[in-house]
Amino acid sequence: MSANLRIQAISGRAGPVPGEGTQRQPRLAKLIDTTTCIGCKACEVACLEWNDLPFRETVFQNTYQTMPETAWNYWNLIQFREHVQPDGTLQWLMRKDQCMHCADPGCLAACPADNAIVQYQNGIVDFQQDYCIGCQYCVTGCPFNIPKFNPQTKKMFKCTLCNDRVSQGLEPACIKACPTGCLHFGTKEDMSALAETRAAQLREHTSHTNAGVYDPQGVGGASVIYVLHDITNPEAYGGLPKNPRVPLSVRLWKGPLKWLGNLAMIGGLVGVTLHYLRFGPKQEGHK
Amino acid sequence: MICRYTLLERAIHWLAALTYAYVLLTGLAFYSPHLYWIAAVLGGAPTSRFWHPWVALVFLASLAWMWRAWRADMRITAIDRRWGKAVDHYIRNEDHNLPPVDRFNLGQKYFFWAMFFAGLVLLLSGAAMWFPEFMPAAARGAAILLHVAAALVTIGAFIIHVYMGTAVVRGGFTSIIRGEVSPAWAKLHHRLWYDRVTGK
Repeated sequence: MSANLRIQAISGRAGPVPGEGTQRQPRLAKLIDTTTCIGCKACEVACLEWNDLPFRETVFQNTYQTMPETAWNYWNLIQFREHVQPDGTLQWLMRKDQCMHCADPGCLAACPADNAIVQYQNGIVDFQQDYCIGCQYCVTGCPFNIPKFNPQTKKMFKCTLCNDRVSQGLEPACIKACPTGCLHFGTKEDMSALAETRAAQLREHTSHTNAGVYDPQGVGGASVIYVLHDITNPEAYGGLPKNPRVPLSVRLWKGPLKWLGNLAMIGGLVGVTLHYLRFGPKQEGHK
Repeated sequence: MICRYTLLERAIHWLAALTYAYVLLTGLAFYSPHLYWIAAVLGGAPTSRFWHPWVALVFLASLAWMWRAWRADMRITAIDRRWGKAVDHYIRNEDHNLPPVDRFNLGQKYFFWAMFFAGLVLLLSGAAMWFPEFMPAAARGAAILLHVAAALVTIGAFIIHVYMGTAVVRGGFTSIIRGEVSPAWAKLHHRLWYDRVTGK
């Protein structure tokens, strides 16, 4: 249903987005409740199955984790950490790591290739490999270390939030596979409400008095949100930044520096033209 | 006629010019969505992105050769500083009010050193952009800013270089193609060099 795929933003686009704002659509979101994740990795397998990715070679690092980080053909990874709590007891933290589908995506801001990254009005941020030029600027733009480069094809890959399934009214493959119900999918509004309810339940009825919802406002909020046992320490969950932002360098690069550069280049061309009109060439033997 | 540039000097100059033009055009395509069409003209954006760093390495190699060959001629001297103070006369084409200079004037030397140092920055920042996955986030951020800033320095220098060499200093363009200049040209623009090479 193309009606589910209204475009909101396009990378590297000179001018407005076609059809922007003609129809309003609810933002969708995936909710990951880390407190009920058992680390079974059914979501990892479902992701490979649906997206037709082969299992890749990995390295064993004395951990329950499948591989050190997500890869160009491994978009969904349970980050596993043994966390020592302040009272000395051990806690196993399991966090499903994948693209956050930011409302203000740094990858899209950094991308120079027209159409290579598209953000849909439902919140999904998707890479279009046909248009990707392999420059890897999105790596610099992303505060979550998500876009990964395939050195053979020179294209970038990441989680699509199962755009192909969602546009047909199905939930993402990882959601479908989860056996504990720690993964939920729906409108952002509903998922935020559900997450807040769960966090309040944890604070009131368990020892997790710091439980909270991780929905990073530095990137405008995300279409993937977490319930964490301890919202004050997201770093403990394996590379989840406390206050992620699109890097200032990317903002400067794509904003003021670009306009200063354009002015300088045009100014240079106008300058030499005016100089020639005013003074002309040096005449040999001119005294 | 006086030999101003040897065949090898001219060949390396044009190798640098061609490779610079390629990295400039492909770089501009990645710099602005309004110039992305340049990549299409040059065989497509993925192709442009593939060759940009490799062609840049050839450019930097030619720059390194020029540094080896010309660095003595490019040293900035007391004469250059006097010439620099009188640069207004040069801009107004009142060259008779300028102190005589050697093989290159201060503007040419500044152009060379601008290209040389900007080239070094472009090499280091470009390496970080080529292999971002091996770089810490701070290095990636610094690299994208330095790469654009250094490229803009070279673009400014390049505009003036091409303008001076073709439009303003008549005979300059022929000298970098055929390698020869007339004694009158040499006396007018590079008197000390003329005296040195003719033994007068």
